[in-house]
Amino acid sequence: MRRLYSKIAISAVVGAVLAIGGLGAAQAQKVKRGGVLNLVVGSKIPSYDGHVESTFGMIHPIRPFYSLLIRINPDNPQSPTDFVCDLCKGKVPTGTDGGKTYTFKIRTGVQFHDGTPLTAQDIVATYKKIIFPPKGIASSRKAFFKMVDSVSAPDDFTVVFKLKFPSGAFIPAVATPFNFVYSKKDLDTNGYTWHKKNINGTGAFRFVQHQPGSFVEGKAYERYHHIGKPYLDGFKAISAPKMALRLQAIRGDRASIEFRGFPPKARDDLVKALGDKITVQESDWNCVLLFTPNQKRKPFDDVRVRKALNLAVDRWGGSKYLSKIAIVKTVGGVVFPGHPLAATKAELVKLTGFGTDLKKNRAEARRLLKEAGVKEGFTFDFSNRGVDQPYKVVGTWLVGQWKKIGLVAKQRVQPSGPFYNTLRKTGDFDVSIDFNCQSVINPIADVTKFLGSSGSNYGHYDDPVLEKIYDRLLRAETESDQRKIMREYENRAINEMAHLGITLWWYKINPHRSYVKGWKIAPSHYLNQSLDQIWLDK
Amino acid sequence: MYKYIVKRVLLMIPTLIGAAVLVFFILRLIPGDVCELRLAGSGLYADPAEIELCRTNLGLNDPIPVQFADFVWGFFILDLGDSMWTGKPITFEIGLRFQLSLQVAFMATFVAVLISIPLGTISAIKQDTWIDYVVRIFSIAGIAIPSFWLGIMIILGLLIATQKFLGTPWMPPIEYVSPLEDPLGNMAQLIWPSVATGYRYSAVATRMTRSALLEVLREDYIRTARAKGLLEKVIINRHALKNSLLPVVTVIGIEFAFLMGGLVVTEQVFNLNGLGKLFVESVLNNDYTMTQALVMIVVAVFVFTNFVVDLFYAWLDPRIRYG
Repeated sequence: MRRLYSKIAISAVVGAVLAIGGLGAAQAQKVKRGGVLNLVVGSKIPSYDGHVESTFGMIHPIRPFYSLLIRINPDNPQSPTDFVCDLCKGKVPTGTDGGKTYTFKIRTGVQFHDGTPLTAQDIVATYKKIIFPPKGIASSRKAFFKMVDSVSAPDDFTVVFKLKFPSGAFIPAVATPFNFVYSKKDLDTNGYTWHKKNINGTGAFRFVQHQPGSFVEGKAYERYHHIGKPYLDGFKAISAPKMALRLQAIRGDRASIEFRGFPPKARDDLVKALGDKITVQESDWNCVLLFTPNQKRKPFDDVRVRKALNLAVDRWGGSKYLSKIAIVKTVGGVVFPGHPLAATKAELVKLTGFGTDLKKNRAEARRLLKEAGVKEGFTFDFSNRGVDQPYKVVGTWLVGQWKKIGLVAKQRVQPSGPFYNTLRKTGDFDVSIDFNCQSVINPIADVTKFLGSSGSNYGHYDDPVLEKIYDRLLRAETESDQRKIMREYENRAINEMAHLGITLWWYKINPHRSYVKGWKIAPSHYLNQSLDQIWLDK
Repeated sequence: MYKYIVKRVLLMIPTLIGAAVLVFFILRLIPGDVCELRLAGSGLYADPAEIELCRTNLGLNDPIPVQFADFVWGFFILDLGDSMWTGKPITFEIGLRFQLSLQVAFMATFVAVLISIPLGTISAIKQDTWIDYVVRIFSIAGIAIPSFWLGIMIILGLLIATQKFLGTPWMPPIEYVSPLEDPLGNMAQLIWPSVATGYRYSAVATRMTRSALLEVLREDYIRTARAKGLLEKVIINRHALKNSLLPVVTVIGIEFAFLMGGLVVTEQVFNLNGLGKLFVESVLNNDYTMTQALVMIVVAVFVFTNFVVDLFYAWLDPRIRYG
């Protein structure tokens, strides 16, 4: 009996302690209102038009002024499939009519910053500009919406998208953070280029000023449609091109956060200097470095040589060591690691160059090279971009990997402009560093990189078999079908034809001041940048 | 004198035209273009048709002679056009940065003059003493140490020292505020790059002051002045220093011109939104119109500064007269 009473007493004490702890934790997490968030941005703003631009240098300072129709869940940004309504209400709709119709109900009572009420017509006008731009008007992501036949508004608070065919790529395309919703009145009155230099959105913050090259300032929008938000009084996005300066700015508390990310050493330096005043968030990044053999040049038109290049690369070892010095880490296939459509490890190791027996891989590589008539010491031109992280680091590593199978890669590092010219225009390379970076994880759209017909493919090849597989993938309706076809696609692109070589997926490291709360890292520096959920615990 | 001034002003024109031709053609030799970088530079998918549309909208698909004619005509009517990267008027973009660059140039020059003339003078007067050696080491260090490295050390030093002694790290502000709006904030940001740049700049001027003064102090008229019983202080200040300043003024003038748009790395280190930073960004972004305009401004500043220095000579040395 005494033992029973002791047990009950201990349980009661433990329970009380847990309750107090829980209450304390809840109180510590209670949102504080006010304050101005200073963030540093490492790139310059070209224009303010989200439908045209592609740089995070525009997204970080300008996204907070706008809303989207749907967005990734800011409370769960790591999930590649968790989308929530922003300007729509309720849940994100699923397709009806065999997956060819999507009906969005629009929130009522939303106003643009100039007081104009938002209706479905604004959403329709926005998406018509993105998907069916008038002649001469740029729209950088209209290719993402190839499946859309029409967009219309049967009433003031309903938007209907009709698709030509059902597609799992549609919803992620709508959630792309560049799809700023514009006012129809602004488009009709001022034209389709007005938003390049002017800002009028429904976002959590109103535009205050932009000092070119210096900073962008915004202040809280009192009529924001997510009631109770934003928590901040405002924000200031300060332009700082040099990484060292951005790091020092966080250390010196001139800025609280930088949303793109830092390499591992920078993280370690900040943590060493500031201890618990720094919080580090880390995540896989929807960006992968590739190498592209130019199939218009011998011997890279020979699939055996391309396979050999892949087999030489020690991805598993590289992941372990390169992740200590560069912003790369995870070994993955054509799909973002962790996505339901991504290959599991068991599936990955079956791909050329992904096996764990490195000795066997490299022996096979040598055999293939010999069979293809490529002699030991064969020298080729390897074009790389003159940016340290992670291009030069990974490029130098690749040179070492290929040396292990008797190939000599002469790395030619060029600044970004000439590098892109070589890659995209002249094609004057044997093998080039390449990349596939996207915002919202949308595997069905993202893997078009491997298609010879894709505008972003620089391998100079045609593969009708791969195109057919992709066509089936685009039209697959269920996740299990998509997964199955994706494995076929991966097998064709990597195993059978070795069109491109996947190195390592990038790894995002965001150290920030610990008093910045509410922001959760997303697998892309383009995502979760509305700033409406951020608060300052100071 | 007026004839000389008019002649010098007219001679500026062919210099500027030559620079314009050179910069136009050299820029177009660099591979790549602004549209590629803008739409595909961050690694995201970029539709080739959109890139082509961008090129058409910016006039990059026009024949080279047409582009050149546009540029030259715009230059003559003082319409520098719009930045290819931002689409904003170049005069607006440059105007914002000009104020900061000018302020840093003046402050660095002030620091340099404040350091170099007294130190150079003392070093010359106390030649071969320990004072001379200290000043010479100080000035050689200034020449040897890159100003951007000094800038990095200043920032790190401030961060580490303030954390150690005050408990919280502090660094200079990273965004510009006008001295009229917030003089203290403005000084807090700009004093450090001015000192870093001014020190390097003063090193050259100190050495020049020292060697020029030593030469003048050996002149006969100085010996005569001493023989007449004049105080050394009077000899130095009234007779020797003024005559030794000619080469120093040249050096200071050339360095000042260089500071306007030449502080490329220092501006990056301190995150100054000046002409140097704009220059680097424009070149990296293949922003032809902006780069062309900046080169022309720097050339104009150089040519004009040299002109002013020449006129200053005439004031300093009455023997110099221009016909």
